[in-house]
Amino acid sequence: MDVKELIEKLDLKVLCGESLDRKVTGCYCGDLLSWVMSRAQEGDVWLTVMGNINSVGVAVLADVACIVLTENAALDADALNRAKQNDVIILQTEKNSYQIAAAISKLI
Amino acid sequence: MEEVKLHYDVNAYDFTCAGEASGKLKRSLKDLGFDASLIRRVAIAVYEAEINMVIHAEGGVIDATITPECITVVLADKGPGIPDVELAMQEGYSTAPENVRSLGFGAGMGLPNIKKYTDEMTIDTEIGIGTTITLKICNK
Repeated sequence: MDVKELIEKLDLKVLCGESLDRKVTGCYCGDLLSWVMSRAQEGDVWLTVMGNINSVGVAVLADVACIVLTENAALDADALNRAKQNDVIILQTEKNSYQIAAAISKLI
Repeated sequence: MEEVKLHYDVNAYDFTCAGEASGKLKRSLKDLGFDASLIRRVAIAVYEAEINMVIHAEGGVIDATITPECITVVLADKGPGIPDVELAMQEGYSTAPENVRSLGFGAGMGLPNIKKYTDEMTIDTEIGIGTTITLKICNK
């Protein structure tokens, strides 16, 4: 499955990202950045409520497929700019991390 | 490939730039054709150390030496020093202030993560003088 398909199936809003063909291979939930960075796997969808610039840094370093901001968590302007510079896909949903993770587990 | 040396400056208390040096280093290693898992280990270790510099010290400097076999990174700051290194190495122990925790830091995973992802890690620290961390990550 790629990110485009994920967006369509889970009705996610795209906040940042142009090429959406990145492959999705797993999912990780968490808001503590160091924790996420050391445990999230390359190609994971990362579910979080942290929409700051440091989340973008972690997404780049951990090489996750995309960030999904759950419960409509906000993305700040600095984070958006950094995400654009680094081609990080950021999505948003009103659902919570549990609901999205459960839905992803049925898709992959 | 000959030896490549890279240098980065890290600004104090600037979370908008935090992660920039490790991000740049990651891209350079990618361009040099290193294996993805090695790049990931370097990127995570250096990011953690870089964030520590931003949170705890007044910034600092990062020097990386790259050879085909190993990446050696020296991160030096003039911060307050680490009073008890053994305690600081424990997972979950953090002295990060509240404002930093609200950004998602302060899990007490920084130094343990660095140790986990490097082949060698040395900490030279002196109270009131600063801390220098040397990391070595090699191709397995």
